[in-house]
Amino acid sequence: MVTVEAVWEALAEIPDPEIPVISLVDLGVVKSVEIEGDRVRVEFTPTFMGCPALEAMKLQMEGAITALGAEPHVDVILDDSWSTDRITAEGREKLRVAGFGPPTPRAAGPTTLVQLQSKAFRCPYCGSTETRLDNIFGPTPCRSVRYCESCRQPFEQFKTI
Amino acid sequence: MTRPRADLLLELADDELILGWRDSEWTGIAPFLEEDVAFSSIAQNEIGHARALYELAARDLGTDADALAFDRPIAEYRCAPLVQLRRLEWARTIARHWLYETADAVRIEALKDSDDVEVAGLAGKIEREETYHRLHAEMWIERLLAAPEGRTRLEEALLELWPYALGVLEGELRETFAARVRERLPFGLPEVEAIPRDRHEPELAELLDEMTIVRRSAPVGAQW
Repeated sequence: MVTVEAVWEALAEIPDPEIPVISLVDLGVVKSVEIEGDRVRVEFTPTFMGCPALEAMKLQMEGAITALGAEPHVDVILDDSWSTDRITAEGREKLRVAGFGPPTPRAAGPTTLVQLQSKAFRCPYCGSTETRLDNIFGPTPCRSVRYCESCRQPFEQFKTI
Repeated sequence: MTRPRADLLLELADDELILGWRDSEWTGIAPFLEEDVAFSSIAQNEIGHARALYELAARDLGTDADALAFDRPIAEYRCAPLVQLRRLEWARTIARHWLYETADAVRIEALKDSDDVEVAGLAGKIEREETYHRLHAEMWIERLLAAPEGRTRLEEALLELWPYALGVLEGELRETFAARVRERLPFGLPEVEAIPRDRHEPELAELLDEMTIVRRSAPVGAQW
């Protein structure tokens, strides 16, 4: 019989469909895993609601559970429990190494323009904080585009949500 | 809440779907690349919100999200006239974007306090993304107000859209919204009658016709 640990291990092997350096477990989208006989119930909290990768993530999780010989039930939970703070420390480091600015921790209040235009964001290539906001929006809903004044390199910064 | 929640959810979902469609009309033709990316992303977010709202409404109504988004007769769409308008002109696009996001913020704040945990949870999740839409709109308001031509064009656009914007919300929420808008602007906006939700602009029929063409051509269900 499949164990909860085996399911978590299998889910940790699934890469994010759009940013394959990070796994679904690193991303923090797996809220819970429960075993009921041969059925495995996974609670999945989507990231950005219009993200086209969500359907792929769900299918991949179902496939991984089926491969363990169990019947998958992936429930999409549309509550407010996912935020970028759910991305693990390992996940953040993997993003940085791949050239993405990992999301900054959530502040007490909502994000402001002043914060986005501040120098609080570190270039993933050279580590400088001399970076400026180029565009609040980027190649996917989860990312902004910034430019590093020190190494003159544009980079993608994960939005904090 | 005294109204069935599906009523309220459909209002929100229709607003987000139709505005998402209008925003997507800038994809490929926005004045510059950054805005092409921004409006495409915002459109994607709004349509994602619409999908989640339709899914929740569909559970109450015993149907599915696609049926609610695509199969209803035009008379049943509850989207505010503000989002129905087709205005491929930059000052009007920015004016509508800012007016809508300001109104939507008032509405989402109220829904986050709802006793209905599903509605409150979904509102909280939507709000995380809408924060960035508001920042984008605010950045543009600052930019347009900073130069005489921008200010003039923004003022003209806001005057035209103001009665439509007031129709997004009702009662106290409308008053809160109007106060926030007036507080931000260096010029006044008139006291006018709001254009209510039950009005359908001619552009809505054209939009629905285009939006549902694939759905109608494959009624048994297209998969992609």
